[in-house]
Amino acid sequence: MSVVVPSLLKITFLLTIILGLVPVLIWVERKGSAFIQDRTGPNRASIAGIRLAGLVHPIADVLKLMFKEDFRPEGSHKFLYALAPFLVFFIALLTYAVIPFGDFIEIAGVQYNLIVADLDIGILYVLAIASLGTYGVVMGGWASNNKYAFLGALRSTSQMISYEICMGLAIMGIMMVFSSLRLSDIAAGQGDLIWGFLPKWGIVVQPIGAILFIVAVFAETNRNPFDLPEGESELVSGYHLEYSSLKFALFFMAEYCNMVIGAALITTLFFGGWNIPWLSRDVIVSNVGIVMPIQLGLQFLLATVIALLFFMRAKREKNKFGDNRDREPVFMGVIATLSAAGAVVALGATPWTLGPGAASIYATLLQVGAFVGKVVFFCWVFIWVRWTLPRFRYDQLMSLGWKVMLPLGLANLVVTAIWLALV
Amino acid sequence: MSRDSKLHRWHHRMNFGESLYLGEVFRGMGITMGHLLKNLFWTKDMPTVQYPEEHRDYSNRFRGRHRLMQREDGTEKCVACMMCSTACPSDCIHITAGEHSDPSIEKYPETFEIDLLRCVYCGLCEEACPVDAIRMDTGIYEIAGTSREQFYVNKEFLLNDNQQGTL
Repeated sequence: MSVVVPSLLKITFLLTIILGLVPVLIWVERKGSAFIQDRTGPNRASIAGIRLAGLVHPIADVLKLMFKEDFRPEGSHKFLYALAPFLVFFIALLTYAVIPFGDFIEIAGVQYNLIVADLDIGILYVLAIASLGTYGVVMGGWASNNKYAFLGALRSTSQMISYEICMGLAIMGIMMVFSSLRLSDIAAGQGDLIWGFLPKWGIVVQPIGAILFIVAVFAETNRNPFDLPEGESELVSGYHLEYSSLKFALFFMAEYCNMVIGAALITTLFFGGWNIPWLSRDVIVSNVGIVMPIQLGLQFLLATVIALLFFMRAKREKNKFGDNRDREPVFMGVIATLSAAGAVVALGATPWTLGPGAASIYATLLQVGAFVGKVVFFCWVFIWVRWTLPRFRYDQLMSLGWKVMLPLGLANLVVTAIWLALV
Repeated sequence: MSRDSKLHRWHHRMNFGESLYLGEVFRGMGITMGHLLKNLFWTKDMPTVQYPEEHRDYSNRFRGRHRLMQREDGTEKCVACMMCSTACPSDCIHITAGEHSDPSIEKYPETFEIDLLRCVYCGLCEEACPVDAIRMDTGIYEIAGTSREQFYVNKEFLLNDNQQGTL
């Protein structure tokens, strides 16, 4: 009992974050790509005239996909064809079990680690599950009985094999520096400072490893510039070509879940996990009277600026459409004003000292917030890179993986080993 | 040699810095971020037109859907000389001529139909007309319908100042 309930709560929290992030990421992908390409992007779907800058579109998309025909091509393998999207999605969600999203939370004197399964071989689990993800892709491509889907699946396999090695080598460097395979140890180890001022993040101690790992993660999640398995110019859309309706939606969501895992792994291994640089738990707890007003004040400032922007827009675009949509900037402005007012109220009600228990919980929440913030930032980097770079040619992909990244990873390992032996 | 002309060379060997990719990747990301921020904060400067609500301004010389001109008494100016339908390269003007009751006018069109699906909006009918009876100055370009018959516009439709695109 004492294990099951907290674990279920942690799983619920993680699933809420991840599955809640997916529609937001799809929105960011569409809107961000639009702004990068000087377009306005989706802005038509609305609920009673409130469009939320296109945020209603994911709901419309899902509704559309739900009502589409679930088609199965002739000659496809009935069982495997149905299984593949579920497998891809299931495996995409499995990795989160070992990712620490916070230090610990202390409620009523009991400490709960903020990680679902604190495996002592966490990294090996991550690598194992990440390569399992290919099975779903291959299964989908093969069971579709379509040559393009099959080629996409083949590419996915060879890409996964090539880049998993670099990924493993990059992780090995981190493993040597923090001398642990447990992800919570690695995350905690990154809270230290080098020479008293430099945070001991993975990217500081392993810069080459960080670059190799980020590139390999891009390849593992099949995102641009490594999205050859679905290269639409030559393979129509690759392994999920024949899928429709909710099965396609599952593939689509799995891609974004993989992106969130990729971002979470980059954060945990190389960007300090849940650590806030120079603000360790002890510092937050002993200075809660300074940290909390600053955090609330920044929140208030942000909400006020957003509210002002919306009200200015409402004034400028008065009666632009002549229907419900004209009320939208006022609606958004009122929400932003309310959140600013909420921050002010919280600021006024902030006691300058919290009890040690409450301060500890506040520190935990701040750290979880830092983790989620970093993950969201790296998700944005995934999207940002996708709309910046062209896709690699297949031979370029292979030569980059085998001729550049593999030797670089090995050299990095040797240098790290020598450095660790000397220091 | 300047950077741009280098990029346009077909067989451009990457120099060492470029072959590392990373610097160029960050340069590209800077460019895309610049576009994103520009469009985020100066949304008004974006070239997008929110079409059904907003329309682009077209020149006065823009050839839109045709209209038939009227005399002062409200009858059609057209004398059914068939110049326009002869000049029409897409054969979309169909006129049936009839004898006018006024001996000074001779002929008038009993029917005057334009098949808007065939029309290529070249404006030759306008130029061919000897009595300035057909013009394409309405500026209407939203010509849409749910059946072919709707595009087969008749004399009454063209003669009165209709603002719709089709019947």
